[in-house]
Formats: sequence, structure tokens, C-alpha cells
Amino acid sequence: MSESADSDGPQIVIENLVKRFGDRTVLDHINITIDRGETLVVIGGSGAGKSTLVRHLIALERPTSGKILVDGIDMASLGDFELSKIRRRFGMVFQKYALFDSMTVYDNVAFPLREQTKMSEREVKERVMTKLEELGVAHAVQRTPAEISGGMAKRVGIARALVLEPEILIYDEPTSGLDPVTSRTVDELIEEMRERFGVTSVVITHDMASAFDIADRVAMLVRGKIAVEGPPEKVMASDHEDVQRFVHSSAIDPGRLAQRSARKSPAEVRALRAARLAKGEAK
Amino acid sequence: MSEPDTNTPSVTRQSLEKLFEPVVRAVEEVGTLAQLGFSAFLWQFRRPYRVGVLVQQFEFVGVQSIFLVCLVGLFTGMVFAVQTAYGFRRFGAENLVGGVVALSLSREMAPVLTAIMVAARAGSGMAAQLGNMRATEQIDALETMAVSPVQYLIVPRLIAGTVMVPVLALLFFGVGLGGAYLIGVVLLSLDQGIFMDRVTALLDKRDLVQGLVKAIVFGYAVTLISCRHGYYAKGGAEGVGLATTRAVVWSVVGVFFLDYIITSLMTDVS
Repeated sequence: MSESADSDGPQIVIENLVKRFGDRTVLDHINITIDRGETLVVIGGSGAGKSTLVRHLIALERPTSGKILVDGIDMASLGDFELSKIRRRFGMVFQKYALFDSMTVYDNVAFPLREQTKMSEREVKERVMTKLEELGVAHAVQRTPAEISGGMAKRVGIARALVLEPEILIYDEPTSGLDPVTSRTVDELIEEMRERFGVTSVVITHDMASAFDIADRVAMLVRGKIAVEGPPEKVMASDHEDVQRFVHSSAIDPGRLAQRSARKSPAEVRALRAARLAKGEAK
Repeated sequence: MSEPDTNTPSVTRQSLEKLFEPVVRAVEEVGTLAQLGFSAFLWQFRRPYRVGVLVQQFEFVGVQSIFLVCLVGLFTGMVFAVQTAYGFRRFGAENLVGGVVALSLSREMAPVLTAIMVAARAGSGMAAQLGNMRATEQIDALETMAVSPVQYLIVPRLIAGTVMVPVLALLFFGVGLGGAYLIGVVLLSLDQGIFMDRVTALLDKRDLVQGLVKAIVFGYAVTLISCRHGYYAKGGAEGVGLATTRAVVWSVVGVFFLDYIITSLMTDVS
């Protein structure tokens, strides 16, 4: 009984999570559960508390009050030694890549393998090169993070998070700063990790196309609270004002495309400017 | 009427808070340092032992400081020789130059100036590097990969500082004495035999021990203070700049403060 509950129940439970920095409440009584093998996408404006929320999942932040349970273990109660054991099950992709700038691309991706497995250097090399090839950055192995573009650094960061094939993956804006084609490749990779390894994923994104492609569930954070939560269709259809504004500001919204017809053409703009200048000269 | 009633306590409280603010901050600072030092102390005994990173730090703190320490040591010894020769000539005691320079080098100048050089060169570098790693989430990344940043980043630096500063201080002492010899014997034509005889006569084992104890404590303190400012740096490029400045300033203040404590504990003047 307990075994089945262990494997079928939610993997991550967030209970009444409150986080304050000084007087500022960043997260205000967050309650959410994430099932095993599920992809939860967290959307929300800048400063809504998305990054702070996911940083709690891997105990980079300690809650002011409330609990984060991962397979029933309260992350906030662990000392640093136990914490480092449970963190082996996580992978995280950082918004600003967080690559070690003293190491080459190769050593960055090999780092988790060397630290946490007893793989031989040959096995490490095989695994690292496979991941880098999948992400199309295999040609940059000997360069340092300072010598590669932001998009490449992002992909190296993703490769580093995926290389251990962890159970739980946290992506902090994995597609920001990437071109649309690479963004879709990253989405496919997130999907593939879920399908091949049954990974539980939490993804923060501003990219609505990506959110609706990969999400089992979407949660929208507004001022530290979950405004709407549910399958993508439900969130799309929500009549919550902030959600409407957020979802409909993205490029995929048909209403926004329709607005384009009302847009002035360059010729019209030039005519207006000429008229304004003429008026100014007449004065 | 009611206004002063509500304001008076808060004004008193505010001024009290202001008055005690430096004290509170100092206690906080010592607490932070103690916490980081204690955590590093525990982590250094846990596997894996990171020999590679440690060797890198030995190279950074020690090997790369050799030239600077030699340069400063040489000039310090030379200046001291000139000054003592000038002073002692007044009562015909210039033969004591070697001994006095050796004494002050071993007890004070070598450990203090070496620690300050290491703070300026390696301490600032550590603060900048760790601060940048904090700002770009590299320290968080280490944590998420189940690697203790204290073990990976702080422990090797602390060990390197604690081991290399005494070694560099010995070097400083040797070169400084060489500088004094150069001035005393070569330039001022003091007798070579008497010069060296005074050095061995005046210099006691206790002087060298005091110098070494100081160098060990300073080495630990300078790296701990520098690491603390980098490791807990806040707020991007500006924060990293501030961390670097604070690392050097507080390392130097710490060295002089500890110098007084150790000197008064280890010196019997009565």
C-alpha cells in the first residue's frame, strides 16, 4: 500500500509556502502539488516570485513559513549533508546559465558526472559528447564560457543539468534569449526527458508558445500568489484579469494579430512626420 | 498632546539603535565569520578531498606571491638597515644593526607585511572571484549539483592561505635579512663577522616561533575574511567591487588587531 502511494502520489508538495525578504512578501501562501512525470509550467510577470518559488524546491532558499515536501521529505528540515544527498536527484537549468567560467564547456558538462558517479573518463566523455551533440554545441567543447554566445551557453547549461538524467528537473527560463528554432529544440528536449525517463519537470517561462507545448499543467503567479492553475486550456480560458493580459500579450494570440491591421504603415508614419515638421516650420 | 507621547519612545529607540548599530554590526560580522569558519572546518574532513583544487590555490596564493613578497622583503630589510644604522650610530652601536633588523623582521615585519601583501594580491582576487560566482549563480549551481560550495571553494582557499603565508613570511624574513646585509656589510662596510654574530646572538627561537604563529593566524584570517566578503557578495558588478574593497580593508584591519592580541599574549615585557 505504502509503496504504491510512494510511487503514484505527488512527488512535490508545497504547503502554505510563505517567503519574505525583510518587509516584502515575495511568496504568499503558495499551495501546489506536482505529480511524478508531470511538467508544471510556472508563468507570471517579472518579479512575480517565479524564480524564488523554484529556488525553494531545491532548497536554495529557506521558506519563512510553510513546507516543501519532496517524496514526503521536508526540504527545509535537512542539514547540508542530507541536503546534498537529496539534491543528487535534481537537475537545474539557470536563467543566466551559471556555467563555471574557470572550466571549459567540456569540463562544465562533465562536472556532475565526475562529482557524483564513479564513471571512467571514457564513459564520461561518451556521455558528455552525446549530450552536447544532441544540443548542437559539440563543436565548442574546448572553449570557455566567456568564448561562446549566450544561446550556446544556455544549451551547455541545459546539457549540464541533463547529463545525470535526474528525476526532477527545474528549468529557470530555458528558452529566454534563444532563437525560435532553438527554443523549440529545447522544448522537444524537455518533452523527451519526460517521456524517456519519466522526469518530473518544473519550468519557468515567459515563452507562451513553449508553455502550451510542454505543460501538463500551468500555474500563473501574480504578486506572489497563484492566480490560476490547471491544464493549459483552462488557463487560456480563465477570465482572471492578469492572466488574460499576460496570455494575450504574447505573440500567439490571434486577437493581437488582428490588431495589426489597425497599425499605421511606414508610409503613413512618414506622412505624419512630414506634416508635423511642416507645421513646426510654419510656426 | 498625544503626538509627543507616541513619538518619544520611538525617537529614544531610534537614537539608541543608531548608537548601538556599529556594535550590533560588528557582532554580526564576527558571527558570520565564525559560522563560515566553523562550516569550513567541518567540511575539510569530509570526502572527497579535493587535491586538484587545493594545488591550484597553493599556486595562486603561494607561488604567484613569491616575487612580490621578495621585492617588498628586500626593500623592507634595506630601509630598516639604513634607519637603524642612522639611529644606532649616535651611540656607536651600529654593529647591532643586523641583530635588530633580524629581531623586528621575525617578530613583526615578516608576518605582518606578508599577510598584507597576500591580502592585497590573493585576498582581493578571492573576493572578486567568489563574488562573481555568487552574482552569476555559479555558487547556487554547485549546490544544486550536490557539491558543497564551502568544501569546494572555501576549504582549499583557507588551507592554502594558512599554509602559504608562513612559508612566504619565512621567505620575507630571509630576503629582508639579505637586504639588511647588503646595506650593512656591503654599503656601510660594517664587519661581516660581527653583523652575523649579532644576528645569531640577538635572535632567539621564541622570536621565530612568534613570527610563525602570527603568520599562520594572519594567513587564516586574511583568507577567511576575503572569502566571506566574496561568498556573501550581493548585487551584481557593484557588489563584487564592494566585496573586493571590503575584503582588503578588513583583512588589513584584522591583521593589525590580531597582531596586537598575539604580541601581548606571547611577549613578556615585565
